[in-house]
Amino acid sequence: MQSTTQTMAPVTHSATSGITRPVIVSAVFFMVVTGLAYPLATTGVARLLFPAQAEGSLVTRNGQVIGSSVIGQYFAKPEYFHGRPSATSGADPADPSKTVDQPYNAASSAGGNQGVLSKKLIDAVTARVAAYRQENGLAGDAPVPADAVTASGSGLDPEISVANAKLQAARVATARGVDAAKIQELLDKNTSGPQLGLLGDPRVNVLELNLALDEAFAARPAAQ
Amino acid sequence: MTQDIMQFVIILAIMTGLVVILGKWMTHLFTSPEHNFVERGTYAILGVSPDERMSWKRYGMVLVLSNAAMMLLGYLILRLQAVLPGDPLSRAAQAPDQAFNTASSFITNTNWQSYAGESSLSNLSQMAVITFLMMVSAATGVAAAGGFIRGLSRKSAADIGNYWVDFTRATYRLLLPLSFVMALVYVWQGMPQTLTADALATTLEGAKQQLIVGPVASLESIKHIGTNGGGFYSINAAHPYENPTPLTNTLHILGMLLIPSALTYTFGAMILRRRQGWAFFGAFLVMFVAFLALVYGAEQSGNPLLTSLGVDQAHTAQQAGGNMEGKEMRFGIAQTSLFVTTTTAATTGSVDAMHSSLTPLGGFVPLAQMMLNNVFGGDGVGLINLVTYAILTVFLVGMMIGRTPEFLGKKVEAREMKYVMLAILAHPFSILGFTALACLMPSTLASLANSGPHGFSEVLYAYTSGTANNGSAFAGLNANTPFFNTTIGFAMLLGRYFTLLPMIAVAGVMAAKKTVPEGPGTLSTSTTLFTGLLVFVIIVVGGLTFLPSLALGPIVEHLLMLSGTTF
Repeated sequence: MQSTTQTMAPVTHSATSGITRPVIVSAVFFMVVTGLAYPLATTGVARLLFPAQAEGSLVTRNGQVIGSSVIGQYFAKPEYFHGRPSATSGADPADPSKTVDQPYNAASSAGGNQGVLSKKLIDAVTARVAAYRQENGLAGDAPVPADAVTASGSGLDPEISVANAKLQAARVATARGVDAAKIQELLDKNTSGPQLGLLGDPRVNVLELNLALDEAFAARPAAQ
Repeated sequence: MTQDIMQFVIILAIMTGLVVILGKWMTHLFTSPEHNFVERGTYAILGVSPDERMSWKRYGMVLVLSNAAMMLLGYLILRLQAVLPGDPLSRAAQAPDQAFNTASSFITNTNWQSYAGESSLSNLSQMAVITFLMMVSAATGVAAAGGFIRGLSRKSAADIGNYWVDFTRATYRLLLPLSFVMALVYVWQGMPQTLTADALATTLEGAKQQLIVGPVASLESIKHIGTNGGGFYSINAAHPYENPTPLTNTLHILGMLLIPSALTYTFGAMILRRRQGWAFFGAFLVMFVAFLALVYGAEQSGNPLLTSLGVDQAHTAQQAGGNMEGKEMRFGIAQTSLFVTTTTAATTGSVDAMHSSLTPLGGFVPLAQMMLNNVFGGDGVGLINLVTYAILTVFLVGMMIGRTPEFLGKKVEAREMKYVMLAILAHPFSILGFTALACLMPSTLASLANSGPHGFSEVLYAYTSGTANNGSAFAGLNANTPFFNTTIGFAMLLGRYFTLLPMIAVAGVMAAKKTVPEGPGTLSTSTTLFTGLLVFVIIVVGGLTFLPSLALGPIVEHLLMLSGTTF
């Protein structure tokens, strides 16, 4: 093995002689190693170590898949906490050649992509601010948390800010006919601080909170 | 605020610590004479001798031709996707112009995407085209850096090493093991890694939700460690499956910075001038911190037009506040700002927030960093670009003080300066030339999502991102048209090979030179003074070239924002 360092091979100056075969073989060979063997091996080990996450962190209730704990879903009913505005769209069920707004479409992640000066953005936020105040019984000039009226990057944001959740708690309590303090208690339990005490901001996972709500208090019968 | 700054400091401190560990490992990788048995087997399959020594011309030629073969293979699989087995969602093959764009994009380490991953790629394509090209394009960059540094470190030598050895070792000893371990951490944090295509859910409110899954984690890890950047999903690392927690976001950031920053140490170690490596690291870091401060400040102060509508953008214990349009809750402003700065510094191009919705000054930073193209830079090429500017700096200073410029103990003469200028000029030529061309095309207007200066920024951003081999986008632009697919495809190839190959030539020419003893007139290149001069030259050359175009985009947009104009 020491021959490699001692007797040095002559330098190849020709740019192209004898490289056709290695060039072609290298493409196929490294495709097999890095494009098939590597992801397949990772899949195998991941399934062994973290089977739930590897399949997408699916959440089931009564044996039925109701979503993923890391993916947001659309909530509009008053007895549930609502997620952030979502800019995703999907095929129109009436005419598949057209696309229509379809919030939290997990098969087609998308952001709004509006610049800060965009009229479309200003109009959308104006409408969302008014709707948010009305929905939650806030005064006409009450400040509204930024995350409640701006579209998330993915359109699938599973979380909202603590400020946003607090403002929705009264509405949820009324819709479910339970004491606001109990909702607040559940909210506190489902608030996560910065990860490892350092990374990111405090936030609330909407699906997990709503699941906990359903478990603790049945929705008011009238609110079906 | 304090907690945000703590996050920045701790993450950058971890990066600096990793510089030494990984820098040593890569030095060993580039210099060790031993080949292990897996590598020997690989050389036998390829039919090459690991003992062969290559002139810079042969080294460069093997690099380009092997890349071309890999790109062609990727193109073929994309075109044949519909007839290949294993996709229950039977996604259609890409059209020729789009498949050309995608293959160019991934072989050049750009990862610009004019397609949406979840609707247009099967799991097989995500692995056998995307993951494959991500791995080999990163290995190509690392190998090129190896040959380049080796050339600069030698004297009176006719070769710069063996490309196959550098490429194979970069893959086996660096990228594959790191990506594998990182992928498992990612799965633990909530990233899918499966061969299943989708899962159907019925939501709490009774709606149907189709969750697209696949081999995401193995793609994500090489995507960041390889400074690639193309997402499994359309919305890239903003997608909760690609980036489920603040910890994965932090690991993405560290992954992107890992190899570009550590190569400064490897450079210092291989040329036997450690201080030179740290001087370069310092130049990277100074520019990075300045840009980070700009993004963070701009994004945290939010959008003034929304404040007047009654939106509360203050940063409190209960909310991140700031400009949250296009951002994700789990990252808030601090993690997002650090990601934005890193992804365009390390020319990765993955995004964890919509760059199009950044404030004008926040969006100025990614553009400016891609234009400078060497604030850390991509795997391998970032260091090469910085050395390009270092040679330009010694040349300019040499002219000023009237002495023959010297770099690393060798005279810098006319021939290598021509290569250096070619590498420096190819970049703005491609960006500004193609942007001007696109602005002349009447069809461009139909692709824009925003009007006014932001519309111009969308086009400028596209060609800057393509040429800088970054791949991020002001994603409002509909770039899936034959014109954009083709021109951005060429911009990526130009930006990659016309900066890489001239510098391989410089390394070859410098390797052949004799060293000259340092005299009293020699400008030391490892001092703080030189680091300052280097940063100055980068900013001046970049500024003179690109400021007029930036003035028409983000700068005028910022002024319009202050005056309250909308479009």
